[in-house]
Amino acid sequence: MNFPKYIIKDATLPNGDLRDITIDNGLIVALSQTGSATPTSSDHVVIQAKGCRVLPGLVDLHTHLREPGREDSETVLTGSRAGARGGYTALSAMANTSPVADTAGVVEQVFRLGQEAGYLDVFPIGAVTEGLLGLSLSEIGAMADSIAHVRIFSDDGNCVFDPLLMRRALEYVKKFGGVIAQHAQDPRLTIGSQMNEGEISARLGLKGWPAVAEEAIIARDVLLTDHVKSRLHICHVTTAGGVEIIRWAKQRGINVTAEVTPHHLLLSDEVASTYDPIFKVNPPLRSEVDVHALREGLAEGIIDIVATDHAPHPTESKECEWQEASFGMLGLETALSIVQKTMVDSGLLDWQQVAERMSHAPARIGGYDNQGQAIAVGSAANLVVIDPSRNWLVDRDLTMSKATNTPYHGHTLPGVVTHTFFKGRATVIDSNVEKIGEVQ
Amino acid sequence: MKHLLSIADISATEAINILDTATELARTSDGQIKKLPTLRGRTIVNLFAEDSTRTRISFEAAAKRLSADVINFSAKGSSISKGESLKDTAMTLQAMGADAVVIRHSASGAAQRLADNEWMSGSVINAGDGTHEHPSQALLDAFTIRKHLGNGSGDLQGLHVAIVGDILHSRVARSNVLLLSLLGAKVTLVAPPTLLPIGVENWPCAFTYDLDSVLPLVDAVMMLRVQQERMTELFFPNSREYSRYYGLNAERMRTLKKTSIVMHPGPMNRGLEISAEVADSARSVITEQVTNGVSVRMAILFTLLTGSHLEVGSM
Repeated sequence: MNFPKYIIKDATLPNGDLRDITIDNGLIVALSQTGSATPTSSDHVVIQAKGCRVLPGLVDLHTHLREPGREDSETVLTGSRAGARGGYTALSAMANTSPVADTAGVVEQVFRLGQEAGYLDVFPIGAVTEGLLGLSLSEIGAMADSIAHVRIFSDDGNCVFDPLLMRRALEYVKKFGGVIAQHAQDPRLTIGSQMNEGEISARLGLKGWPAVAEEAIIARDVLLTDHVKSRLHICHVTTAGGVEIIRWAKQRGINVTAEVTPHHLLLSDEVASTYDPIFKVNPPLRSEVDVHALREGLAEGIIDIVATDHAPHPTESKECEWQEASFGMLGLETALSIVQKTMVDSGLLDWQQVAERMSHAPARIGGYDNQGQAIAVGSAANLVVIDPSRNWLVDRDLTMSKATNTPYHGHTLPGVVTHTFFKGRATVIDSNVEKIGEVQ
Repeated sequence: MKHLLSIADISATEAINILDTATELARTSDGQIKKLPTLRGRTIVNLFAEDSTRTRISFEAAAKRLSADVINFSAKGSSISKGESLKDTAMTLQAMGADAVVIRHSASGAAQRLADNEWMSGSVINAGDGTHEHPSQALLDAFTIRKHLGNGSGDLQGLHVAIVGDILHSRVARSNVLLLSLLGAKVTLVAPPTLLPIGVENWPCAFTYDLDSVLPLVDAVMMLRVQQERMTELFFPNSREYSRYYGLNAERMRTLKKTSIVMHPGPMNRGLEISAEVADSARSVITEQVTNGVSVRMAILFTLLTGSHLEVGSM
């Protein structure tokens, strides 16, 4: 591992301080007053970051990397590149692959693929139940003890609906400090559902997906978590009512955390009027009222983190009738820009809080010790440099992801990720993703 | 107008122009000459990805009376049943030079997907998409109401129409609510609470759970078909209870005003939402709806493919 030392000059830290950041041997080795850090030898690469924010590398707790099984949509390598481009230094690979990540063998495979790709840390999430079928617990202990060191378990895509099974899962992961990440969706209330149930679904004749189907499960599970004194994470909260229940649970001291996706912070169900399934996603886009409640909830910290739910799909899965199309949209490369647009530019969050919600907090929830560290001397050099003053045009044909199903094609978004550093190594330079594999 | 996808896309004037054109075209059908040369050399494809006999036949008859070449492309035995995508089907039709595609599809929004993408360039006519809309049915219903109750011209100002049954899943109801209210009629939906959509209070109509209270007030009552699958989806206890509260039988029919008409888009479940006595009574205009359907669909094809309309009395 012989790669350059870097000096990021004139960087604005999350708290607004101006510093020169010196990176060497995978660590931040100096934080000096701007202008004082000078290259000590010719092997220092200087990066001019005047006007740019430097944040700790982003950590995603909800990524569909599709490998093994659907390598036509995404691989660990292509997803890692997309993550790096978006400023991420850690992803959490969801378990709904084929085969399902419900054994030590599969999570170790995904973990190793991440290491081989080398762009960022890939932390596998284990399935709660065998085959995601919701019938019996998967080998949670074996996955926790594997080299992948799994701490988050989720049947995402499916809800752990059986309350007894959910209780047992919550209890079981206490042994090693794990967490159950619940996809809150009552399956009986959402049979054949296509979009948020409301005036727009009624007009469009698309089968409704009521908010209560999400809220009822959140309510049940915070109560179960309280009862067994375990730890719960709610995936992709989408409703104002969900935010209220989580607020109530936190006030009671229940150990629950929650995430919101960038798309639920920006888009509402009105876009379904086009019948373009690029906007079809699970859970569905909700009303404007919900969108604002989610922004407020994230600002207040009721919702702890932003997670992408990056869900790549091949073209033919979206180039069809709405009800035939797959659920999901890309997220990794646009997440930080959407958060800037919806939360920072609107004054709801400052950059320090963005760092908390997109790096520190997700790393804490996942138990990712070398991620989400403060920008300080001795911390792992996982960093992202973003220029908030520049805009960029989203072009689905230029994604690093293998898939093209971004709902923002043709949209101009604020905030350009110029550099990403993973363990001291530049994975993105001047917004271009480096070729890590070929260097090795 | 290039496409007819949803009643929400058309103005009252455009709707009345179609009804007037249909009135004119109906006069030719009544007379000696059943066939007009208007669309000679034009190709119209009936793309029926969902089984439907009456709507397909109606569009086929309409196209043929305007001398268009008609290609029927139905689900059974076609490439659609073999899993061909809507995009590939559309591009095939484009390659065959279709001037208009009449599409019936089980997916809401399928017609709009066909029109919005660059898969084909012809006109798209929505002949029923999932539980979304069925605009040609609403136009023929408005035509029928206007003929019986509105002097056969103008709008439907002052008339009151009840639509009874499974509003939640009905594309006929959605299109009719939009069109009848656009033309000035008062619309009241009647259904059990389980079969009314969330947000119905903001639709341009009234609604009630009580059929008996509405019948004496309305000029037309439109009964909707109850799909068999609703029985197993917990929307109501059983068909007998449904019929007891929402079925139109002879006794209920007697509470209607003398001039009121009974409508049904077909196919009927006799004995469920409508009794045989009502369906076959003098008030029933159900078979006439079928006849009017051909004239109205002629008018739709005429309007979209010639870009013009006919004034009443112009032919």
